[in-house]
Amino acid sequence: MSRSDVLVDADWAEARIGDPPVVIVEVDEDTSAYDKGHIPGAVKIDWKKDLQDPVRRDFVDQTGFEALLSERGISNDDTVLLYGGNNNWFAAYAYWYFRLYGHDRVLLLDGGRKKWELDSRELSTDVPSRPKTSYTATEQDRSLRALRDEVLDAIGKRNLVDVRSPDEFTGRLLAPAHLPQEQAQRAGHIPTARNVPWSKAANEDGTFRSDDELRQLYQDDAGLDFGKDTIAYCRIGERSAHTWFVLHELLGLANVKNYDGSWTEYGSLVGVPIELGEAR
Amino acid sequence: MTADGCGAPAGGVTASAAAGSQAVVEGKVTREGAAVSTGYARLLGTGDEFVAEVPLGSDGGFRFFAAPGSWTLRVLAPGGVRAERSVEAGYGQVTKVDVAI
Repeated sequence: MSRSDVLVDADWAEARIGDPPVVIVEVDEDTSAYDKGHIPGAVKIDWKKDLQDPVRRDFVDQTGFEALLSERGISNDDTVLLYGGNNNWFAAYAYWYFRLYGHDRVLLLDGGRKKWELDSRELSTDVPSRPKTSYTATEQDRSLRALRDEVLDAIGKRNLVDVRSPDEFTGRLLAPAHLPQEQAQRAGHIPTARNVPWSKAANEDGTFRSDDELRQLYQDDAGLDFGKDTIAYCRIGERSAHTWFVLHELLGLANVKNYDGSWTEYGSLVGVPIELGEAR
Repeated sequence: MTADGCGAPAGGVTASAAAGSQAVVEGKVTREGAAVSTGYARLLGTGDEFVAEVPLGSDGGFRFFAAPGSWTLRVLAPGGVRAERSVEAGYGQVTKVDVAI
């Protein structure tokens, strides 16, 4: 896996509008963004309503993912091009789902919605109608997903990458600075984690930094051992999906998992170790 | 699942926030008096360290729940527009920053 296999630019996407094997999908944190205007022909996936279990804290299961893609008119043979707001956080999160459920023909639009808007490219309010399909997903690929017991066992052994902002990492805040402060019971980070905020992997226009810059960031600056397995986490697992995409898909590291339970789970567990302050 | 995820409020920012025990930074972006609804507001710390970003609302509005201290607000808009303002935020305060580009 390398950058050219998984990441495309806006010119590439613009040339594929209306190109049947490519289905463009917008995934947003602000789910009203799609309704205000989207890349012509793009379908919408609501990260909360479509991708989360409505009752338990977990995400959509294999059957639910099959039903969702079938309903949106996406088939197993389609190439899915994902993009979204907030520097592609939720598009990267959805990308991770597609890979978890075995869809290999999936791409991310570099820069996402932001670069598209800042470039003043065309947006449409027309909602496309796609015939239903019979999509078949595989079982979840657990080599891409970390659950809490595995995270606890990884302390001091694997790379733990906390991709939240420095204030969240050190325990000064419980959520990003554009949200009311709430959520986990305790602040701080998982012991032995390195803090590499997701934003350091992105340029101001939302595009990813070059491979050389990314290697420098994680290996030289943060001290990650690329020979070890890695788990990335944030608050609810979408910013860390962005970093998972960088490490696993762009840089091609083996054995990188996203801990989607992330700090809202870990910081509310009884009896687990927590560190405050800078990384030790 | 958490109540509001990590994202921007649906439809962007319109109503003013009640600060409570938080340090709120909010404002509107305008061009020749009209709201700029396509663009982004970024909150940066010392050394241009990225803290947060939101898309502008339909009224050109943005809002951050920051820690108290000194921040830089940077606005990005189509056409390569970048504008910056310095901001001081304090607990229990709503700091208003309106930006004309």
